Amino acid sequence: MKRSPVFLYAMLAFGFAFLYVPILLLILYSFNESRLVTVWGGFSLKWYAELFRNEQMLNAALVSLRVAVTSATIATVLGTLSALMMGRFGRFRGRLLFTGMITAPLVMPEVITGLSLLLLFVSLETVIGWPAGRGIDTITIAHTTFCMAYVNVVVQSRLVGLDRSVEEAAMDLGARPLKAFLVITLPMLAPALVSGWLLSFTLSLDDLVIASFVAGPASTTLPMVVFSSVRLGVTPEINALATLLVLLATATILIAAGFMWRQERERERVATKALKTERGGSHTSSSRP
Amino acid sequence: MTDTLVQGTHSASSRPEGSRPGAVLRRAEARPIIEIQDVVKTFGDFVAVDQVSLTIREGELFALLGGSGCGKTTLLRMLAGFERPTAGRILIGGQDMTQVPPYDRPVNMMFQSYALFPHMSVEANVAFGLRQDSLPKAEIRDRVRQMLDLVQLGPFAKRKPHHLSGGQRQRVALARSLAKHPKVLLLDEPLAALDKKLREQTQLELVGIQERVGTTFVVVTHDQEEAMTMADRVAIMDSGRIIQVDTPHALYEYPNTRYVAEFFGTVNMFQGQLIEDEPDHILIRSDALANPVYVGHGISARGGATVWVALRPEKLAISRVQPDSPHNWDQGIVEDIVYLGGISTYHIRLDSGALARVTTQNLERMAEPDITWDDRVFVSWRHDNTVVVTG
Repeated sequence: MKRSPVFLYAMLAFGFAFLYVPILLLILYSFNESRLVTVWGGFSLKWYAELFRNEQMLNAALVSLRVAVTSATIATVLGTLSALMMGRFGRFRGRLLFTGMITAPLVMPEVITGLSLLLLFVSLETVIGWPAGRGIDTITIAHTTFCMAYVNVVVQSRLVGLDRSVEEAAMDLGARPLKAFLVITLPMLAPALVSGWLLSFTLSLDDLVIASFVAGPASTTLPMVVFSSVRLGVTPEINALATLLVLLATATILIAAGFMWRQERERERVATKALKTERGGSHTSSSRP
Repeated sequence: MTDTLVQGTHSASSRPEGSRPGAVLRRAEARPIIEIQDVVKTFGDFVAVDQVSLTIREGELFALLGGSGCGKTTLLRMLAGFERPTAGRILIGGQDMTQVPPYDRPVNMMFQSYALFPHMSVEANVAFGLRQDSLPKAEIRDRVRQMLDLVQLGPFAKRKPHHLSGGQRQRVALARSLAKHPKVLLLDEPLAALDKKLREQTQLELVGIQERVGTTFVVVTHDQEEAMTMADRVAIMDSGRIIQVDTPHALYEYPNTRYVAEFFGTVNMFQGQLIEDEPDHILIRSDALANPVYVGHGISARGGATVWVALRPEKLAISRVQPDSPHNWDQGIVEDIVYLGGISTYHIRLDSGALARVTTQNLERMAEPDITWDDRVFVSWRHDNTVVVTG
C-alpha cells in the first residue's frame, strides 16, 4: 500500500499547529496596541514598557530567578552525587529502594509534593524553629527536591555511556580515586551537568503549584503573580511577559540541546572514524615516518 | 589439571625453544617478576579464577590465552589491582601486592578500549601518569617526547584522541602505559580493535618495542595466532584454570591435553584404547582408524586406558600407494579440497566414517594436483609425529 504524502503532511501540519499556534498568537498579541486582548489595534511595544514599570512584576521575576539559580545549583550537586552512588558503587543494600525513591518526584503529583513539603516545613518550624516562616528558602528547598530527580536521570544516563576503564586508567597511572574523579570523570560528565542544571533552572522558573504551597507573603514568584493577575483578566502586559518567558525558555533549551548535540556528534564521529580505521586505516598508521 | 602426558624422550628442558633465540638466553638467567600463588577469584557463586599459580620472568613477553569467560581478563585485572583475589597471593618484583591498590602498584595497563582521556591531547594523555608522580616539568616533557618517538606519534602530540585513527590511538595507549617505566606492562587484548592487516603488522611492532624497552609484557588474548606470533611463553586457560604453560612451539607439538591440542591449532583427534604398553613403545587401537597406532615411547597410562591420538594435518601424508607398514595408516575417499594458495587442505572421509584433514604445501607452480575429488587415497604418518594425550 502506498502511503499518501498529502495525508502525512497534513497530519504533521495539524500537529505542529496544535502545539504552536496558541504560543504564536500570544506573542503576536503582546505587540497589540489595544487594551483588549482579543481585538487587534495596531502594532506597539507599549505593553513591554508597561511591564518594566511594574514593580510587583519585576520583584517577582527577581525572586524567581534567585530561586531558580540556587535550587538548580544545589539540585545539580545532589543529583550528580546520587547518580554516582547508583552508577558507580555497584550493589548495596537497599539500592532498588533508593533508585525508586530518587525518581519518585518525577511521577508524584505536584499538589501532593507541595502539600507534603508544606506540612514538613510547618512541623519543622514547631519542633526546631527552622525554617522560620515560609519564604524564598522554603521554595528553594522544595524546588531542589524535585529538580534533583531530573538531574539524577540526566547524569545517570551519561554515566552509563562512559567507559569505566577510562577512570581505571587514571587510577592505574597513579591518580587516587578522588583525583581521578575530579580530573577525569567530572570533565567527561560536564555536558550532562550543564544540561541538568539548565533543565532544573527552567523547571524551577516554571513551577506554580509547589511554590504556591510553600511560599510566604514576601516571596511571590513570577508564575504566581501571573496566575493571580490573569484571574482579574488577561492584559496584553501578561502577554508581553509570557513572550519574554517563552524566549528565555527557548534559549535555555536550545543551549542544552546544543550541548547534547555536540556530544552526540563527537561520539558519532569517533564511531565512524573507528569504522573507517577498521577498513582502510592500515595506510594512515603504517606510512608514518 | 588433567593428568599430564610424559613424553618419554622429551623432558621439558630438551624441548626446542620458541622462534626468538634472544628471548631464550634472556629468560634463562631472568628472575621472576610476577609470582601468582594459588589465586582464586569468585564473583558470587561463579569461580572466575580457580587456584592459579604462575611465575612470569623478567623481560618476558607472556601471553594469557583462552576463550571468552576463561578468566584471563580477571587474572590480568588482579595483577593491575582492580580486583582483589578471594584467596591466594600476588607478588610483583618480590613484594606482596595482593592488597595494594592500583595507584600504588609498579605495573601499568593498556586497556582493550584504550581508555584514552577524551578531553586531553595526546601529549597530556602520555604525561598524565608522570604528573601524578610530580616529576619536574622538564623531565615530563622529555619523557613524553621520548615515548611519542618510540611509537612514532611525535607530530600528533597536540591532537585530541578522537582526531586519531584506531591504530594511532592504540599507540597513544601504549605510550601512556609505558611512560612511567613500569616493571610490568599488562595488555588487555591490545590488538582486538584493529583490522586484520594492521593487527598482523602491529603484533611485530609491539614485539619490537618490547625488545627495545625490555619491560615484561603480559598480554591477554583470545587469538591463538597472536599469542604464537608475539609471546615467549603462553599460558592456556580454560574455565578459570591454567591448562598448560609453555613456549608456542611446545604447546603446538607437545600439548598435554585434548583441550590444548584443539585450541592451539588444527588437529585430527581420534579416541582409542591403549592395547600395548611397553617402556619403549605403545600401541593404540582406535575404532576410527583401520590400523593400530604405534608410538615409539612409553606414556604414563595403564593398558586398556582411553587415550586420544592427536595428529596435526600437516604431519599427515596422502598417497595413492598403500604403505607397507602394519601401523599408522588408513584409507578413505577425498571428500573436499580446500585450496588456500600456499597450502591445500584435503578432507578425507576414512572408511570408518571419521574425517581426516591433511594439508599439503603447493611447492611447484606448474604442478598438476594428482589427487582429486572422490579419489581413494592412503593417509599415513610417522610414529614420532603422533601426539597421545590422556585427557
